[in-house]
Amino acid sequence: MQVGLQHYLVVSALLFATGLLGVIIRRNLLVMYLSLELMLNAANLALVSFSRFKNSLDGQVLVFFIITVAAAEVAVGLALIVALYRKRQSAHVEDLTSMKL
Amino acid sequence: MGLPDILFYVFAAFTLLFGLLVVANPFSRNPVTSAMFLVLTIISMACLFVLLNAFFLAAVQIIVYAGAVMVLFVFVIMLMDLKEEERRRIKTFGVVTGIVSVGIILSVFLKSLLGCGDSCSLPAVAGAAPVVEGDAHSLGLLLFTKYDLPFEVISVLLLVAMIGVITLSKKDLK
Repeated sequence: MQVGLQHYLVVSALLFATGLLGVIIRRNLLVMYLSLELMLNAANLALVSFSRFKNSLDGQVLVFFIITVAAAEVAVGLALIVALYRKRQSAHVEDLTSMKL
Repeated sequence: MGLPDILFYVFAAFTLLFGLLVVANPFSRNPVTSAMFLVLTIISMACLFVLLNAFFLAAVQIIVYAGAVMVLFVFVIMLMDLKEEERRRIKTFGVVTGIVSVGIILSVFLKSLLGCGDSCSLPAVAGAAPVVEGDAHSLGLLLFTKYDLPFEVISVLLLVAMIGVITLSKKDLK
């Protein structure tokens, strides 16, 4: 069977589900952030495969922008985590309940 | 089945396996292990990009993601107390609800992807249409003509992110 768009999209969906699972079950902020990157990469894979099978480069330019935004997002998010750690000495979501009623 | 198809299956399996090891590694719950497996996931995904003719993006993926972003991650992990993570026990309730909800959303994805057969595949490009290649030349041409404004906007975004990070990292954060 020829590998087509569907194959790539299934891989992308599975990777996205893996990332979502990580965000839900892991309790460490850094590992949750790594899983978020996994989800972002799954979206990138879907876009690149659409671009390939539609014979147009627009999808790849979009992925280029997504990678740039992801880099900026990682920088800001990690700065937030470091600031949080400095205040609480913990990167664990269960310790961050100061907004709980 | 040609060589590209075999390579697709190999790298897709690598991507999914390493991705799963990022999330749930049975041997170690150390964040550094997760980060290293994410690097491997990204590299095998870059191989998938090469199979999809996105050569420039494959290079960018390795340089920016596996290089810059992951170094940042490992650097921040280094600053934190790692031993604490190992001591915590996993809550079964959270794991069960997580697996159930992810299973539901995954079944929706797969049903919509696999359930429609041939009707949902893109119309085949007629005859000997040239397969598009995402090399630096053609991608750069598109980036500086059609996507000129988004390119400039993204540079402002990077500046904003840089200023934000410097502000957040100040010692006396008010």
